[in-house]
Amino acid sequence: MKVLVPVKRVVDYNVKVRVKSDQSDVDIANVKMSMNPFDEIAVEEAVRLKEQGVVSEVIAVSCGVTACQETLRTAMAIGADRAILVETDAELQPLAVSKLLKAVVDKEQPQLVILGKQAIDDDANQTGQMLAALLDWPQATFASKVELAADSVQVTREVDGGLETLKLNLPAVITTDLRLNEPRYVTLPNIMKAKKKPLETIKPEEVGVDVSPRLKTLQVSEPPARSAGVIVADVAALVEKLKNEAKVI
Amino acid sequence: MAILVIAEHNNESLNVATLNTVAAAAKIGGDIHVLVAGHNAKAAADSAAKVAGVGKVLLADDASLADGLAENVAAQVLAVAGDYSHILFPATSSGKNVAPRVAAKLDVAQVSDIIAVESADTFKRPIYAGNAIATVQSLDAKKVITVRTTAFDPQAAEGGSAAVESVSVAANSGKSQFVGREVAKNDRPELTAASIVVTGGRGMGSADNFKLLEPLADKLGAAIGASRAAVDAGYAPNDWQVGQTGKIVAPQLYVAFGVSGAIQHLAGMKDSKVIVAVNKDAEAPIFGVADYGLVADLFTVLPELESAL
Repeated sequence: MKVLVPVKRVVDYNVKVRVKSDQSDVDIANVKMSMNPFDEIAVEEAVRLKEQGVVSEVIAVSCGVTACQETLRTAMAIGADRAILVETDAELQPLAVSKLLKAVVDKEQPQLVILGKQAIDDDANQTGQMLAALLDWPQATFASKVELAADSVQVTREVDGGLETLKLNLPAVITTDLRLNEPRYVTLPNIMKAKKKPLETIKPEEVGVDVSPRLKTLQVSEPPARSAGVIVADVAALVEKLKNEAKVI
Repeated sequence: MAILVIAEHNNESLNVATLNTVAAAAKIGGDIHVLVAGHNAKAAADSAAKVAGVGKVLLADDASLADGLAENVAAQVLAVAGDYSHILFPATSSGKNVAPRVAAKLDVAQVSDIIAVESADTFKRPIYAGNAIATVQSLDAKKVITVRTTAFDPQAAEGGSAAVESVSVAANSGKSQFVGREVAKNDRPELTAASIVVTGGRGMGSADNFKLLEPLADKLGAAIGASRAAVDAGYAPNDWQVGQTGKIVAPQLYVAFGVSGAIQHLAGMKDSKVIVAVNKDAEAPIFGVADYGLVADLFTVLPELESAL
């Protein structure tokens, strides 16, 4: 069976972003970009399913600017067989991305789509669920364990208060949580091989999807700064401060 | 203009997250109705009817809604969504699971994890792990929103006297089945609702050492949290994780032991009223947000602190 893995190019998780002085957005010019960490876990899971022999082909897909090709090459270096870039310079929000992904699913007919649970830039946590809704497929979000069978998939999910297990009829949509797996490092030979793997480019207009944003960002500001704290000398001083100054215990 | 709040409950009682979400709805303004979708959930619906400011409670009661399957709950929300301008979910794992499904079916964008209501269509939400706050305006006719519960004080659980109205139940999708649940054992207050949280990081060193936090937590009536590093190292269960990808907490007092303070962790706790950090490393980023810092070995501080209280 085919698995589709959507991946997003985001500001690297180690970068501390700064808000632009005109408060229009965060400043992402010249900062390091990488694959969204949850998406790496999604690619890794798809490749492991292929290595187990239950999946025949892994297709990585990304939506966005030309530079997203790098992210797709990374996915292919991890082990995806081929890639599709839905290329646009437009600002893409989760609803638009899920519509573009639905168009790709309609074309490729995978049995399973594995996405990251959220992207670390917009922190929306929507695209997987929206894609499942548009396709009318069942969903299992925040997956920490995936067991794939011929016509169903059993998924353990991380929920508030513990874990829960669901069984979904295929085709289905899964979103990954951090503990699903540890993504492998890409090796140089695999990076070289990934350069030869096919990467197809399509445009939103070709699949007839309107990507215009539905949310308008009016302002982006710095979070309120915390006032500088004090270093206390010992436990006695700490307890005194908490009792008499902060009055929290 | 009427607002629908999707209740989070265990069929018998309401989760406090529902009260925070009703409080956010009250800030938007308009009639507030609460949907309780569950199985044998009359008791939860009755508690929802008592919440201050709630005008009506819709109860959808069926075995297909017992375990909160996204397909069924979303269909249920859509079945009653027609008359509402706003549909609000708490940004809990179940709210995050269902809300985008509802939004996509309505063909509207969702506003995730709002921390403030500016007007009926404009909201503030954190992006980039809380390193920036975006003010966004929804251009859609219907607004589907998830509410960061720690950003809104809970609505009073008593004082209302809304009517409970049974609504017809949406068809079971049949596409997913609930298999089982593994509840993490925890006798302490719930992490997201606790007024004091004691957290351990990688500096705790081992799962056994992590238990050293328990006497202190018991003394303070605190919940225990963990950094991702501590969870990944197997020191603590993953539902204790505080951070961008775990729980978001904002207690009165947050005490971090052996936590370095990576931005992903800070995203989950920097709205706490008072932050205390205990770390051997004076350069640890956690001291940048801590109100009180103690540069010391946590293993000597823990017993001293416990006996001083």
